[in-house]
Amino acid sequence: MIVALTILLSCQLAGEIVSQALHLPVPGPVLGMVLLATLLIVRGRLPAALEQAADTLLRHLSLFFVPAAVGVISNGARIAREWVPLSVSVVVSTALAIGVTALVFRLVDRLMTRGAAR
Amino acid sequence: MIRAGHTTLVSLWVYLHTQPLLWLCVTLAAYVAGHILHERAGRAPVVNSVAIAVALLVALLLGTGTSYATYFEGAQFVHFLLGPATVALAVPLFRNRHVAARAVVPIAVALLAGAVTASLSAMAIARVLGASRESVLSLAAKSVTTPIAMGIAQHIGGAPSLTAVLVILTGIVGAVIATPLLNALGIRDWRARGFSVGLAAHGLGAARAFQVHDMAGTFAGLAVGLNGIATAILAPLLAEFFR
Repeated sequence: MIVALTILLSCQLAGEIVSQALHLPVPGPVLGMVLLATLLIVRGRLPAALEQAADTLLRHLSLFFVPAAVGVISNGARIAREWVPLSVSVVVSTALAIGVTALVFRLVDRLMTRGAAR
Repeated sequence: MIRAGHTTLVSLWVYLHTQPLLWLCVTLAAYVAGHILHERAGRAPVVNSVAIAVALLVALLLGTGTSYATYFEGAQFVHFLLGPATVALAVPLFRNRHVAARAVVPIAVALLAGAVTASLSAMAIARVLGASRESVLSLAAKSVTTPIAMGIAQHIGGAPSLTAVLVILTGIVGAVIATPLLNALGIRDWRARGFSVGLAAHGLGAARAFQVHDMAGTFAGLAVGLNGIATAILAPLLAEFFR
């Protein structure tokens, strides 16, 4: 468990260092994820302890969103003022994003399958 | 005697109120309460454990006159785990690398189309409906997971704390509408269904996808990571139209 956490945090730290040093728009944890995925693919296998630690963290992913979401109390005035544009934007654009992504995925997948069959 | 007891209680509160331990415990307890209600409701996406936990915590903070800064002293330990959890997304990615490699072209094209749609449509709709500039920019990264979204918002001139709220709202909306919407569109491929939900509604969408189907969950997890990267690169460019 400790080794696995050290691996996860070290990847995050390496990601933060690269992101800061090169002034990249991509945040440190995302670069850390890319780094860990690369390391795993190069190594070709997944240590059991790392898998267990990662699955534990991901099973409770929604818990980690709570403290940031409570920040709604610092934005009370703005949300009271702009709740119509904000909520319409979130609902409509989320529906659009789901629909466009799924339809494009299916379209390209069908074109590829047809191309391969020919 | 009662008076003395009351004084003790007040001084105990004054002490605990400023300790990280109290707000750390309360955050976990609120989430557990939300989780139990979610389970009781047959895991219905509308009864969302995050939404319940946040409502309980906001009511408690307002009721006790506690500032967000004081609360965050304790809650930061939970918040911190978002970082390693994002890194941990590499594990399901690695486990499903073969399935993902076979669908690499549909994944790449759908990622680009979806990332642009999610960010651009959110900013355009808010702009048309008269939202302030800072609010519009706070919406640019609403479909990606919180730590990435807050980083992007900071970078392009949005308000990170507002973005955090919009991200959670997006996750709940996505988890609720995904199944009926995808059924209406006639999408039956579990890869396409999962990928679209993870792209549009990040970790909360992926959690929902894993409940429905394992393959959908896998592709949702993949989309969360990929859209985090895509939006981090695209949002600063798209935001230029709304400055």
